[in-house]
Amino acid sequence: MSVELNSKSPAGPLSDKWENYKADVKLVNPNNKRKFKVIVVGTGLAGASAAATLAELGYQVDAFTFHDSPRRAHSIAAQGGINAAKNYQGDGDSVHRLFYDTIKGGDFRARESNVHRLAEVSVNIIDQMVAQGVPFAREYGGLLDNRSFGGAQVSRTFYARGQTGQQLLLGAYQQLARQIGLGGVRLFNRTELVDVVTIEGRAAGIVVRDLMTGEITSHSAHAVVLATGGYGNVFFLSTNAMACNVTAAWRAHRKGAYFANPCYTQIHPTCIPQSDEFQSKLTLMSESLRNDGRVWVPKNPDETRPVDQIPEEDRDYYLERLYPSYGNLAPRDISSRAAKRAVDRGQGVGPLKNGVYLDFSDAINRLGKNVVEERYGNLFEMYERIAGENPYDVPMRIYPASHYTMGGLWVDYELMTTIPGLYAAGEANFSDHGANRLGASALMQGLADGYFVLPYTIGNYLAPMLNKPIPGVDHPEFKAAESAARERFNGYLNVKGTRSPDWFHREVGKIIWDYCGMERTQQGLEKALSELPALYDEFKKDLRVTGNGESLNQTLEKAGRVDDFFQLGMLMCRDALDRNESCGGHFRAEYQTDEGEALRDDDNFCNVFAWEWTGDPMSAKRNIEELNYETVHLATRSYK
Amino acid sequence: MSNHLKDITLKIWRQSGPNDAGHFESYKVDEISDEASFLEMLDYLNERLINEGQEAIVFDHDCREGICGTCSLMINGQAHGPERATASCQLHMRKFKSGDSITIEPWRARAFPIVKDLMVDRSAFDRIIESGGFITSPTGGAPDANLIPIPKPVSDAAMDAAQCIGCGACVAACPNGAANLFTSAKIAHLNLLPQGQAERFRRVEAMVETMDEYFGSCTNHGECEAACPKEISIDVIALANADYRKAKIKNRKQLARN
Repeated sequence: MSVELNSKSPAGPLSDKWENYKADVKLVNPNNKRKFKVIVVGTGLAGASAAATLAELGYQVDAFTFHDSPRRAHSIAAQGGINAAKNYQGDGDSVHRLFYDTIKGGDFRARESNVHRLAEVSVNIIDQMVAQGVPFAREYGGLLDNRSFGGAQVSRTFYARGQTGQQLLLGAYQQLARQIGLGGVRLFNRTELVDVVTIEGRAAGIVVRDLMTGEITSHSAHAVVLATGGYGNVFFLSTNAMACNVTAAWRAHRKGAYFANPCYTQIHPTCIPQSDEFQSKLTLMSESLRNDGRVWVPKNPDETRPVDQIPEEDRDYYLERLYPSYGNLAPRDISSRAAKRAVDRGQGVGPLKNGVYLDFSDAINRLGKNVVEERYGNLFEMYERIAGENPYDVPMRIYPASHYTMGGLWVDYELMTTIPGLYAAGEANFSDHGANRLGASALMQGLADGYFVLPYTIGNYLAPMLNKPIPGVDHPEFKAAESAARERFNGYLNVKGTRSPDWFHREVGKIIWDYCGMERTQQGLEKALSELPALYDEFKKDLRVTGNGESLNQTLEKAGRVDDFFQLGMLMCRDALDRNESCGGHFRAEYQTDEGEALRDDDNFCNVFAWEWTGDPMSAKRNIEELNYETVHLATRSYK
Repeated sequence: MSNHLKDITLKIWRQSGPNDAGHFESYKVDEISDEASFLEMLDYLNERLINEGQEAIVFDHDCREGICGTCSLMINGQAHGPERATASCQLHMRKFKSGDSITIEPWRARAFPIVKDLMVDRSAFDRIIESGGFITSPTGGAPDANLIPIPKPVSDAAMDAAQCIGCGACVAACPNGAANLFTSAKIAHLNLLPQGQAERFRRVEAMVETMDEYFGSCTNHGECEAACPKEISIDVIALANADYRKAKIKNRKQLARN
């Protein structure tokens, strides 16, 4: 028996739902807001914007980050831009069109009401960020410039050079810093969440570990927001920052929050391939490069000639061959899988034969080096710094890498998880991108959640709690969670085995990448589900963490994160195994069209899998939220 | 094709905590690929130290794409090492040769106390931003984004200054341990924009005065600009100084009027 999941989508036509919700929502009087405390974990776009806005409204906010400063959160690394339905270009954009593009891009696996609201508030985000001094790119007339991005036929992307995420995060960080200076927010830096505490079925607070001293303490509040990002680092090699992890979301899951669609992960096609076995991190190259670069591999897997001596007839421009109308601009998932197949056939290039060429020589001949430099100069420079080769002379080598995770904590329309009073925002929730996220939509969602959704929906939860006492940190549940956390971290130190946390992380990442990466099969997933528990047992018996638990210890921090990645990895594979269809980033080889495209099964899988913790990820319980499309007509994506 | 560098000797600063005196320790690293990044070389060394039962070397790092500003290594006496406009995380071993000896230290500045090994506490930077490095614009009340046109050169100049990643290399490179490049970059970013005008003079006074509580004074050495991984120009310091002077004159007038 699965539990009926209530999305709490408001009544009325799609375009009126958010207005109707706001009209009916319970409010907290300005003078009473200070009587409520809200904990915000994470200080990226979603967390910083939520913490700053809630403090401006008058709530007491405690914000937590494991970084030294809120400004370091990984939102900062987003390059491309942020979408908004401003229609400043007069090219036919509208809220409805942004809504539809997002639903379609997500391969019809997202909730209509949430996505429509996202499109509605997108316009407010740009106003807010400009008012705060974000230096978006402008035309000579002084108005804002836009560019187009994948999956859209309009120019709706606002950008600040190749550093849009940085500028938006600094904007939100500065607003948060103002509140810290004014005393509206207390910031706890270098402090990591290690557990979520629920009392009588409600979120009561969190248990944290001070990374400097190892001290474990509790914090209680009326409501808790997790804005702790995605779990792409489960693959070990990804474009995520080194410290990105699933711990906060996973610990909440273990306390009763359902985890939705964990198998929806996005693999970005244009990253710099791994160069050696020590590599710890992959770097993304902007997708815009595919506008002028041609992707190819040698026809002969045993090719030994230097790249410039391979004649045209011995090259396979496989994207142009397979997808003549889209060519090198085929969508992310399609291009990624095609690259994987070429490399799997042994046609990979580079010293480790693990990449494909992205060749600009035709573009240089056609446009001249100057034009190419103007368009991509900074990217070419970045490539040369990392790969040590000059892309004007030698083709770039690229390969897909894990980049973003659409899955996350299940939330309803109010962004509340299945634990009352516990909210999830930004990449940490599953809500808006379905099975595949469009470019320039992650920044939009993080800021929408933090600025324009949570500040309304949290009030609705808090209002009835006015003047009712909440459990303090001396409540036995907090004490029990603290001792469990202490025991867990002491446990890592006391295994005294032979392998470092990084070694295990690399191994678990390899299994997930091989069997639950770009292409999944029943057989592969079953193999992963037999290998993962065995490796996890080894982790528990053979882990080695040096140093101690009473001072800063990055090895110990890592051990805790890897532990949670193991458990998440098992759930990912189970989710992928149960979803007997292909959609967006989830490609099951058994379910494809004759042309090798994803084959959805709307009759059986137009739904969300929301997994419930039972004590073991291998036996998690699957609950289902049916997705009811009232406005959108389900269609098949085609890129031929 | 990748090569392997042999016989790299690392002299690394080890300090068990804020109150420990600290010392250099030498480590040999053999067979590191010249494709490896500098931080991957440290990862590799740490993996070995853990296997040998020793405590790993603590260093700050995160995005490894040169944008988060977390990494902070003094490499052979240069903040972020020898490559121009490159943060420690984007430096690669191909910039070194077999047999090289490399000294790695934390940022050294009074305002950045050492936490452990190569990690320092840069929260003084946050205090500066908290004192005025923002535009007051509570969520919800913003006018349409195109209401105020901003000339492209002004917007571009603001963006040049706004690129600062807050890593602290400028302070580490400065013989005085001054934070003028960091502080002025934020002042320039916000004071150049029309949206920043209302708080322009209050901002510069508050930020400069907070900066002075923690950091040394600027004597125009220019080391900061040379070390900056984002190549922020010291022109921003001139701009902030000009605004600071104007703020003081303005305030004197206001005082006289009161």
